[in-house]
Amino acid sequence: MNLSIRYENKADVVVLYVAGEIDAYTAPKLREELIPLAEKGNNVKVDLSDVQYIDSTGLGVFIGALKATDANNSRLTLVGMSQRVQRLFTITGLDEVMAIEEEEGSK
Amino acid sequence: MNQHEADHILMSVPAKPEYVGVIRLTVSGIANRAGFTYDDIEDMKIAVAEACTNVVNHAYEESGMMNVSFLLYENRMEIIVADSGQSFDVAKAKDHLGPVDASRPVGDLKEGGLGLFLISTLMDKIEINDESGIVLVMTKFLHGDEVEQDVGGIQQTQPEQ
Repeated sequence: MNLSIRYENKADVVVLYVAGEIDAYTAPKLREELIPLAEKGNNVKVDLSDVQYIDSTGLGVFIGALKATDANNSRLTLVGMSQRVQRLFTITGLDEVMAIEEEEGSK
Repeated sequence: MNQHEADHILMSVPAKPEYVGVIRLTVSGIANRAGFTYDDIEDMKIAVAEACTNVVNHAYEESGMMNVSFLLYENRMEIIVADSGQSFDVAKAKDHLGPVDASRPVGDLKEGGLGLFLISTLMDKIEINDESGIVLVMTKFLHGDEVEQDVGGIQQTQPEQ
């Protein structure tokens, strides 16, 4: 029931590695890490390879991050989603507004 | 349809975010016991977590409890999430159900409001009673092909005046 987050600064993108479950309890932690990065105008890539669970609280954080990168003309990309996680983005239509890549994160 | 045939499991936990995961684990255990598939169990975990998150975020100004009941029937499970907090405008919430509209500018996207839509999509049937607090009844049938006709719809049950 925990969430761990670490990030790496790469050439033109900050990669956020997220592991665990993103729900009402853990989403604030993700928001605290992700939104400031997005608001600073960084290109942000979020690697979700190790995320087993997400619900609308987590989707809300990514919507917030997308709005922040959009306002700063930077880019938010999500990578490495499991089929279960991808399913929620499809059901909610978020897969049509977010950049989702299939590749696994290169750690 | 006979209530006497159902096994009834009750949980009452504080309406705090740290307990939503505990309820999710319980859903998983009970649904597994009832014989649901992996995908159905994962769907129910999300739906129940969404219902509980709504209680945590909206029901109480200070502290309160959320009550989660599981009714196991031969062909289905009903999960009831109830609070005794403030009601919301159910009719208005139903009007706004839907996925994200990709034709709108990103700046117009809302960060909330997908929870009830997800519940109605992931469960076979949902009913909302807002007589006192909110009572959300969510049904999942054991065999995917035995769904009722009003799939995806929301029934609003109102008490007789």
